[in-house]
Amino acid sequence: MENFPILSLLIFLPIIGMVLILALPKDKDKTIKWLTLVITGIQVILAVIILFFFNFSLGGINDPSSFQFVEKLRWIEISGLAWVGKIKIDYFLGIDGISVVLILLTTIVTFIATLASWNISKSLKGYFALFLLLDTAMLGVFVSLDFFLFYVFWELMLLPMYFLIGVWGGPRREYAAIKFFLYTLLGSIFILLVMIGLYFSATETLVDGSKVFTFNLLALMDPANYNVTGILSPLNPNNLRFIAYIALFIGFAIKIPMFPFHTWLPDAHVEAPTAISVILAGILLKMGTYGILRISFPIFPEITQQLAWYIGLFGLINIIYGALAAMAQKDFKRLIAYSSVSHMGYVLLGMASLSTAGITGAVLQMFNHGIITAMLFIIVGIIYDRTHTREINAFGGLANQMPVYTGFVMVAFFAAIGLPGLSGFISEVLVFVGAFGNELIRVLTIIATLGILLGAGYMLWAFQRIYLGTLKDKWKELTDLTFIEYCMLVPLTIIIIVLGVYPSVILQFMSASVNAIVKFMANANIIHSSISTF
Amino acid sequence: MHITESLLVKIALVTLFLPLIGFIVTLLFGKRIKWLYWFENSILIIIFFLSAVLTYLKLTNFTDQTIISEFQWINLGNVPFLKTFTIELGIMLDNVTVIMVLAVTIVSMVVHIFSVGYMKGDKRYNRYFSYLGLFTFSMLGIVLTHNLLMMYIFWELVGISSYLLIGFWYEKKTVSDAAKKAFLVNRIGDIGMFLGILILVTTFNTFSFDKIFYQISLGNLPFGTEFGLTLVGVLLFCGAIGKSAQFPLHVWLPDAMEGPTPVSALIHAATMVAAGVYFLIRIFPILSGDALLIIATIGALSAFIPATIAVTQNDIKKVLAYSTISQLGYMVMAIGVGAYTFAFFHLITHAFFKACLFLGSGSVINAMHHEQDMRNMGGLRKKMPITYVTFLIASLALSGIPLTSGFLSKDGILVGTFAFGSLTGNWWFAATGFLVAFLTAFYMFRAIILTFHGKPRDKKKYDKVKESSFVMAMPLVVLSILSLSFWYSLNPFNPEESKLLSSWIKPPEISVPQNARYEFMKTETEKVNEVNLKEEIIYSSAYTEAIHHAHYPTLFTSATLAFLGILFAFILYQWKFIDPDKLANKLKPVYLLSFNKWYFDEIYYATLVAGTIGLSRVINFFDNKIVDGIVNGSASVTRYLSAFTGKFDNIVVDGFVNMTAYLSGLLGLFFRRFQTGKVQSYLMFVIFSIIILLYIFK
Repeated sequence: MENFPILSLLIFLPIIGMVLILALPKDKDKTIKWLTLVITGIQVILAVIILFFFNFSLGGINDPSSFQFVEKLRWIEISGLAWVGKIKIDYFLGIDGISVVLILLTTIVTFIATLASWNISKSLKGYFALFLLLDTAMLGVFVSLDFFLFYVFWELMLLPMYFLIGVWGGPRREYAAIKFFLYTLLGSIFILLVMIGLYFSATETLVDGSKVFTFNLLALMDPANYNVTGILSPLNPNNLRFIAYIALFIGFAIKIPMFPFHTWLPDAHVEAPTAISVILAGILLKMGTYGILRISFPIFPEITQQLAWYIGLFGLINIIYGALAAMAQKDFKRLIAYSSVSHMGYVLLGMASLSTAGITGAVLQMFNHGIITAMLFIIVGIIYDRTHTREINAFGGLANQMPVYTGFVMVAFFAAIGLPGLSGFISEVLVFVGAFGNELIRVLTIIATLGILLGAGYMLWAFQRIYLGTLKDKWKELTDLTFIEYCMLVPLTIIIIVLGVYPSVILQFMSASVNAIVKFMANANIIHSSISTF
Repeated sequence: MHITESLLVKIALVTLFLPLIGFIVTLLFGKRIKWLYWFENSILIIIFFLSAVLTYLKLTNFTDQTIISEFQWINLGNVPFLKTFTIELGIMLDNVTVIMVLAVTIVSMVVHIFSVGYMKGDKRYNRYFSYLGLFTFSMLGIVLTHNLLMMYIFWELVGISSYLLIGFWYEKKTVSDAAKKAFLVNRIGDIGMFLGILILVTTFNTFSFDKIFYQISLGNLPFGTEFGLTLVGVLLFCGAIGKSAQFPLHVWLPDAMEGPTPVSALIHAATMVAAGVYFLIRIFPILSGDALLIIATIGALSAFIPATIAVTQNDIKKVLAYSTISQLGYMVMAIGVGAYTFAFFHLITHAFFKACLFLGSGSVINAMHHEQDMRNMGGLRKKMPITYVTFLIASLALSGIPLTSGFLSKDGILVGTFAFGSLTGNWWFAATGFLVAFLTAFYMFRAIILTFHGKPRDKKKYDKVKESSFVMAMPLVVLSILSLSFWYSLNPFNPEESKLLSSWIKPPEISVPQNARYEFMKTETEKVNEVNLKEEIIYSSAYTEAIHHAHYPTLFTSATLAFLGILFAFILYQWKFIDPDKLANKLKPVYLLSFNKWYFDEIYYATLVAGTIGLSRVINFFDNKIVDGIVNGSASVTRYLSAFTGKFDNIVVDGFVNMTAYLSGLLGLFFRRFQTGKVQSYLMFVIFSIIILLYIFK
């Protein structure tokens, strides 16, 4: 396994599929679907193989030698440029305990989303080609260790997403797609600016001893690599790191989405087809928090510590505000969308604690929320396919008409309200333990526990209005689950229960990395403060 | 066979997990395989025997030992600053645990069997039994747990099983409302409990009871202060307030009566609601004096308020529900005044007689074709003799009449409050206890007279009534026999002579620092003999003495008050010396306050529920109009700007370009004149130019 480029295979397999699909004649609908399914299926297998060969004890984070499945090639090299000197960009991939969890999540959710795309009929070829392109971009984000490469994948994801919502979406799809696109692009500009600023502030020493500016994320985490004059260099007394941090944070926060940058999400979800909602909520939102954890935190540790309270505050706002907003929704899908806002708040709160329990909870919550919300959106999709409405009050009593479906709904709903035995519980508990343990954000955490109550409130209320009560006459013809729907719901249910009963299945992969980042953040404070004195 | 600790642990684990298997199997296959409810029922019979064996082995072979078995559930690895952070799950077997396990399995078993008859013909028959299995598993989890996290896990799981069972007939709106209300009100209390757990775990880095207790006994307190310890105690108690339906979170329990009656018997009378009290018993060693005083106050209020409500209710199940809250209030108050053993004792006895009462009411309701209003009953004594007699025995126990189990345990609690009064001068708890004893006897016999005595008030329904079948009658008989006193103590007037209290259940060692305790709970050491053998006494000898002195006065007073209550009920409802309606009219404000349940629901609805929903609407408006408004607004501003830029570009910028072109055209026209093509005129221009330049730069 040492030298086999499994990560490249993983991320570029969909591109091969895309090319094949584009080469196929238009009317080969079945082949296109099956091809996509096989490719995403192989990706799940590859992810499992990666887990199998993954070494738990290696931490990663800032230490190049403890990243795994590393691939590093010179990608772009231009020498003799006027005042830059030499441009060197690496194709640098590698994973640690945090990315491996998200890779697993991405492959699983993408596979499920392929199944959820089964009844797409409008220009199938284009849909699946874009779908696979999106797949590549998402995985690329989670494995890149070079900022430039990361940014390329980050941007690459926008394009297919824009078309997938804008062409295959609901009635207001163009508005939603444009809003999503522009909003995320705005965030990308911030990220781009910070990336360029960092590039000109730090150098990396090459094998031949020469120094070049660098996009290498791991090099950027080491204060020793910065030059004295760089605008984002901690060695520069007049540096702009604080502003850069906020800009970068906003760039990522839009993706989470963090209040007040969240309003694109409900619109995008409502208009997107089920499969795209599944991917959007299941994977894309995690990129925001992943970016913060992978880039903002270790590159700007001293500012992270300075602003931890505010990160926690925004986490708290997300939790409470998202829950209250969800409570007021009349559209089932909007309700789930706002519940995502609330649940992503726990991730922020956990990260703000800068403690092992909190960050473990946050990463686990990313995974769990990905699975649970994917399931929730599939649940909405199933009912929308049959009734063509998502109005909560239009339903009632579906439990009797569709008992098996309702059984799965209960699993997903109860997991979302953090019922023990299902996966959402332990991540919330760890987040709270970590956040409460940090005196800085303790008060925020105490208020955040209200989220447990509000979350149960809106979920159970929605459950009551949709599934309990007496059935309306017009829904007497509804049929229970189809085979494909089983194929989507059963695996997700199994994951939810297994992780609820024995979360160590996932936790073992991430614990070394989480501890490494906690340690790094704590030590970085000392290093940075010594720099500022000198 | 050699009896080892690990054997006991194995028996306990099998007892715990069998109902879970019953739940899964019955849930998944119950729809296709009709007889599967017998699978669930046989599991209950098996675990009853297992728990009986477990209790016997524990009490005989390991009387004074606490057996702990745990495994590592989560390991966060090499945690910076802490070295390790692990979460263990595990079970603990002490005397309290095994007796509680036995009580839970007995009640659960008889309720299962009763349900076979009661739920007959229901379209989700097997589903019902699977939910009962889930509940039994969760409840046993609460009982067996040895750490706070697992307590919280099973705490939530009983909450969800309660939600599922209350909402079992979810077609009706009031039913699903009640289920939702039960879950949410419980979660309010759970938040407090969760915060308490968070404080403990972040202070001690462990969830385990014994480790936390040990740390506190060493003087390591949360936040380093005794106030911190009190705070933890009160926060943890919040969980008990929710689950045991204590004031002010008691409002969910009466509504929970919408569920099937056997469920009310099992969950909302005997076991789950007692979990709050059980939890207090578990954490008793870390409850400081101040926390205990708060607990006692809440308990007294919860004993008193619902008792006053029960007096005027007409729904037979509502009467029992309020009575349950009131009795749980007794137990909580008992914990608060330090009467640890009696609280547990009452928990056990109450489980049996209250389950018997609920199942009895279920038998009546079933016979009356789902009629629950006592005003439409009457005279059922003749048609349902078994139900009547068993209901009567259980009512006597609830009223605290001698020879019943309730007399022993309630008397114990009253003795505890009386002793507390004599030691601290605080007589409020004793006074409340006695008053509630009177009210209890009164409302129970009001219910009996209205239901079973007199003439039938709904002749049509009465005529169709017949005694319940064997599967329903047998559980009543079993439970009513368990409500008699001889099981617990051969001396019907002194609970302390029972084996249960004299050798099995003793107050635990208290971890709270000495000066944060009640005076009488301070530890004393006693010289046993000359060789300096010391025996630690948990409670002071003053307390023992006070209990001893309180015994006979209390016994006499409480029995008298109970008889008076019964007598009063007969005067009002049987012999009708006083017309109850006229009395109600005379005391109209008091009557209305009681009849309308002190308006708790109305107040909560107007403030908390309406407030939250209102706030959510405001947030939604804010989100749509303001947050999103800014986004859309900035989009429109950009659009307008771009339109403006477009115009500007078209007219000004491009105009400038065009104008430049135009001007250069004009200039060209002008300068063309000079381009004559003749060399001599060019030469003339050059010479003139040079002259001008020389003139300028001279």
